[in-house]
Amino acid sequence: MTRSLFIDRTGWIFLAIVLAVAVLVPASNLFLPAGSPFRVPDYLVPLLGKYLCFALLALSIDLIWGYCGILSLGHGAFFALGGYAMGMYLMRQIGTRGVYADPILPDFMVFLNYKELPWFWHGFDMFWFAAIMVVVVPGLLAFVFGWFAFRSRVTGVYLSIITQAMTFALMLAFFRNDMGFGGNNGLTDFKDILGYNIQSGETRAVLFLLSGLALAGGYILCRFIVSSKLGKVLVAIRDAESRTRFIGYRVENYKLAVFVISAMIAGVAGALYVPQIGIINPSEFAPAASIEMVIWVAVGGRGTLVGAALGALVVNAGKTWFTGVLPDAWLFALGLLFVLVTLFLPKGILGVITDGWQRTQRRFRSDGSVPAPVPNAAE
Amino acid sequence: MTIPSLTPTLLYLNNVTVSFDGFRALNALSLAIDQAEMRAIIGPNGAGKTTMMDVITGKTRPTDGEALFEGHHDLTRLDEASIATLGIGRKFQTPTVFEMHTVEDNILLALKADRRPFRALFSRRTAQEKERMDALLERIRLKDHRRRKASELSHGQKQWLEIGMLLAQEPKLLLVDEPAAGMTDQETADTADLLREIAQTRSVVVVEHDMVFVRDLDVKVTCLHEGSVLAEGTLDQVSSDERVIEVYLGR
Repeated sequence: MTRSLFIDRTGWIFLAIVLAVAVLVPASNLFLPAGSPFRVPDYLVPLLGKYLCFALLALSIDLIWGYCGILSLGHGAFFALGGYAMGMYLMRQIGTRGVYADPILPDFMVFLNYKELPWFWHGFDMFWFAAIMVVVVPGLLAFVFGWFAFRSRVTGVYLSIITQAMTFALMLAFFRNDMGFGGNNGLTDFKDILGYNIQSGETRAVLFLLSGLALAGGYILCRFIVSSKLGKVLVAIRDAESRTRFIGYRVENYKLAVFVISAMIAGVAGALYVPQIGIINPSEFAPAASIEMVIWVAVGGRGTLVGAALGALVVNAGKTWFTGVLPDAWLFALGLLFVLVTLFLPKGILGVITDGWQRTQRRFRSDGSVPAPVPNAAE
Repeated sequence: MTIPSLTPTLLYLNNVTVSFDGFRALNALSLAIDQAEMRAIIGPNGAGKTTMMDVITGKTRPTDGEALFEGHHDLTRLDEASIATLGIGRKFQTPTVFEMHTVEDNILLALKADRRPFRALFSRRTAQEKERMDALLERIRLKDHRRRKASELSHGQKQWLEIGMLLAQEPKLLLVDEPAAGMTDQETADTADLLREIAQTRSVVVVEHDMVFVRDLDVKVTCLHEGSVLAEGTLDQVSSDERVIEVYLGR
């Protein structure tokens, strides 16, 4: 196998669509006249941008769950930490434009009588530092957590429960005012990013484009990993962990490596999400949010990467629509969707699409009425 | 610094005891396996055969006793991965292969190579590896099935694939748990041939219930009972031993 061919046909179709969307959506919003039916309205750009971030987050979950069997029910924590790192940068950019016009301290700190900036807020006035923290902080947490969990051979449902406990503990911590992250209000009222107005159409267009590129890049990275020998070892661990140990693989190191990479991807997704949504608060750490993320992956098709991204898109579009029409029924609909998919579509939406495609091709070949796209050597 | 070999034997178990909550799964078990020796281990259920394999492969830590490999590697201090890398391969009772991988990938994963994650990420299959895989697939008669998923193989083929994976690791010692279980007579005979061939260059420990198969192997037999060695010798000697008869037939 040559490593340059690590993206399959489904992958190329996915990348082509993602890149086309990443360019066309912002371009149509910026350059088409206001009355044009093809113009993507202003409100839709950040909304679709949010979906792209969720799709990237879903990829990170599929990488560990679909390929290595690690079911994290706390991945929202890594997403939120990436988001907070970006939010801290955006807070520091407000400067004297805040309500209290303090050149250093964000509004909530003035309000809570902080005398000086807490030590962990230093450096976040520089974009490059914040950008590094977006991957370092989630990566470090994943490393420490994974180091202990995987070395003690915590697996299956026990691991899922402690990931859930981890995100719950972080949520409680971030709710506290004296943690220094704005308590339950979180971080908001952002003004600009790298000197550009965060509300302007152009900035939003660029953020959308970057989200699309990040999704494509994340897909290529995940695909590179899963198609390598390391990826084969991950699947081996998922299917027969002790066998993998007995042929000499140190399973905990493999799990740790892929868990850290996954947390970093989730962090990037969170960092792109915050400037488009304009707020980050502790509700992102909520256990229910992390469970919802796993449902996206299950609905789209676990262990396929493309399916995970598709699931994130479909479920969130459904959520947006549903919460508009029947706001109280969303959670029931989500639960029902999960049950139905588990019972009737074990391979998810992507599985239905690929199976359908293969069936159509086979049928065309066997009746002979339609010429097969590839000449059949046997005939 | 390497410590000079204390014993000429490859595997040396001395007074190994494993107790689980007072129950002694192994009770002062002693066993020595020579280089390129094949040994059959028999014994009734609960005799400690699997626990013995667990101790040798690092899955279970003994409560007491020593387990040495090549005279100086203390197996009681190493984990499964290090023991596998030292050259001890293990075949499980029920065939355990990577069902979702192709036959070829199963062999590839087992091939002796750098086992670190980042080496695996950037590894490419070399011509030598390809040659090794071809030879192994030929030997376990799965060359024509190389691109099939392991889950599609028959029970006997899975057993052979697992033996092939063991060989791919180039171990010095193979621990084989009931290789003939669930096989047809012809497959059983072929498996005995394969194991004999392997034992020309490597040491093999076979745990087996099937006495026909053990007779076919024609090697020294050790009978375990209640966690220790009851009798040792040729199959005829062991099976005529009064205590062995008593254990197998009940008193």
